[in-house]
Amino acid sequence: MVDMLYPYTGMSAVEVLRYLDIPVDFPAGQTCCGQPAFNVGYHHEAREVAKQLIKAFENSALIVTPSGSCAAIIRHEYPKLFANDPVLLAEAERLASITWEITEYLVDGLGITDLQSALKEPAKIAFQDACHGLRTLGLKQAGRTLIGNLENVTIIDWDQSEICCGFGGLFSVKMPDVSGAMLQKKLDNIAQCGADFILIGDVSCLTHINSGFKKQGKPPAVRHIVDVLAESIRSQI
Amino acid sequence: MKINSKNFIPAAQVAIHDPDLQKAVSTGTHSGFTKRQAAMFADGHEHGEAMRQQAATIKRYSLSILPELLEQAEENMQANGIKVLWAVDAEEANQHVLEIAREHHVQSVVKSKSMVTEETGLNHTLEAAEIKVLETDLGEYIVQLGEETPSHIVVPVVHKTKASIKKLLIEKAGMPPTDDTEEMAKFARETLRSRFLDADMGISGGNFIIAETGSLCLVSNEGNARLVTSIPRIHVALVGIEKVIRSVEDYATLTQVLPRSATGQIMTVYTHIINGPRLAGETDGPEHVYVILVDNGRSEIYTSDYCEALACIRCGACLNACPVYQITGGHAYGWVYPGPIGAVVTPLLKGLENASPLPYASSLCGICKEVCPVDIDIPRMLLDVRRDLVKMGESDLIWDISIKLWAQGMRSERIFTMLGQTASLGQNLISKKLAGPLSGWTDYRSPPIFAQKSFHQLWKERRGKSNEQP
Repeated sequence: MVDMLYPYTGMSAVEVLRYLDIPVDFPAGQTCCGQPAFNVGYHHEAREVAKQLIKAFENSALIVTPSGSCAAIIRHEYPKLFANDPVLLAEAERLASITWEITEYLVDGLGITDLQSALKEPAKIAFQDACHGLRTLGLKQAGRTLIGNLENVTIIDWDQSEICCGFGGLFSVKMPDVSGAMLQKKLDNIAQCGADFILIGDVSCLTHINSGFKKQGKPPAVRHIVDVLAESIRSQI
Repeated sequence: MKINSKNFIPAAQVAIHDPDLQKAVSTGTHSGFTKRQAAMFADGHEHGEAMRQQAATIKRYSLSILPELLEQAEENMQANGIKVLWAVDAEEANQHVLEIAREHHVQSVVKSKSMVTEETGLNHTLEAAEIKVLETDLGEYIVQLGEETPSHIVVPVVHKTKASIKKLLIEKAGMPPTDDTEEMAKFARETLRSRFLDADMGISGGNFIIAETGSLCLVSNEGNARLVTSIPRIHVALVGIEKVIRSVEDYATLTQVLPRSATGQIMTVYTHIINGPRLAGETDGPEHVYVILVDNGRSEIYTSDYCEALACIRCGACLNACPVYQITGGHAYGWVYPGPIGAVVTPLLKGLENASPLPYASSLCGICKEVCPVDIDIPRMLLDVRRDLVKMGESDLIWDISIKLWAQGMRSERIFTMLGQTASLGQNLISKKLAGPLSGWTDYRSPPIFAQKSFHQLWKERRGKSNEQP
């Protein structure tokens, strides 16, 4: 989804890593982690797609992704998907052990909590915790720490940050009305939360929520954490 | 109970467009969830989590030795004077009750809340035998008056507004019109009270059976369970075989997480530990106590990869927390157990092919596992049931084709890159509405906008511009 819908979010991730003097490579062979197939029960197809990813990263020492959900499937599901594959299991386990969501990598992996940068304009920011990041990776603080340490930022607390937006991948296609009703609640709550914009660590939820606003003729309210981090760096340089 | 789970999507659609249901379910689940959070973490998050993990360990340990525990429970209950019967399926369970009723010339039955008897459809069996059955839990009483089924494990009428309950009580039970909730409850209490005194048999469920002491445990709030289990001559409890636990100590832990999770109470108003019928010299209590241990598909789950589902203590916390249940309410799920745990156990108990939409009725957000007092990994099981459905060929053809085509594209860097280059061109073909299986998406959302250049392209260009690393 980053590749085709939000390539500039990918570029923001690169920018943040480069700013911290971390060498970045993008193995061109990669496509998708296979999650869409996996989540609807097509494990064979998910495995086929995952093989491509495993191969693409065979020479990488560490993987960083701006999506908690992709990191979660690689870390938690790949070893199970390849449990019966004596050849690829070791490689799947290696991938699981070197894959990080980007804010998690910066804060928990490298101990970087302050990019020493600032937003151009003061902003009130609330977070939406993407479900997979929150509940399978335990992501909560890392993004808030990095953003909270930017100058000009006020973080708004709201009690809806852990409630799902209704996306759930193909759930939103299989059950579009139930998912749509969940989305509507999220849109209403965002409208009332008092923040200038919402930050999230997953482009799938971001796409879902912003597509909902757009359908109603409203501007997008959700941005990716790394886009804002990159923007703060840019205004520094 | 007849299963109608195949109909989940249209039934959910009806629920979405029922403003009364939306209001009632939203208020009820929000209240349940908020109270649960407050009660569970009243002594801090760490304490709540520790309690939850302790309960999880206890239930898993009980399951690991379930066959032994069942035998021990039977032996000790019998030693206490409780008659123990086994029922392989719903029909056998109902037949046991019917035979007991005939043996003791039972004409009228009062019941306290029991989900197992919803499974077996016991009320219909008894009524067909011309035995009067009265539900005495207030919620279940309203369900019975409305000729409905419960829509929640703990709050059977969570789908009903106060106004619709009032209407039902006036029309079906002759309540004098009132808007006062206390007055309504008082009316129901008075109506029910005389029936307790007349009943020949009381039927209850069971929250736990303690194997080492042979005790049947019930938690309740309204006092009706106390009357059901102590006034009539005969008490029959129908209990799922997975409800047996080892010891009183284990009960002490479980009875802390159950009310906290179910109703946000530290303790329920009534706690019953029933050790048998009235003893010589005692002035109250039933003359006979029967416990019917109901399998009805559970032993099949026990020996499958889904054994963990049997750890469920039926608190309803996952229903209250689930953003899908909050929208659809319980009836859309089409059988006894709705919500996330229902989406797992319904296909397992009733056959995957009879409940195929249910495992997909989840965004996999994971909050069900987070609030589960025994930490059942519901999202994991939903994923596994989906896998089994695909293996069985229960997935729709359109999904088979779409996923296979998609996987073909994703396996090849060449096709993927080509897609990336052309997606934004194809965007022009997409109007504001998508077609085929994607059409529902655009009722609530704009189609996604593909970028002019994919990340693959951007990266390649940056590399091309300079020899140094982009």
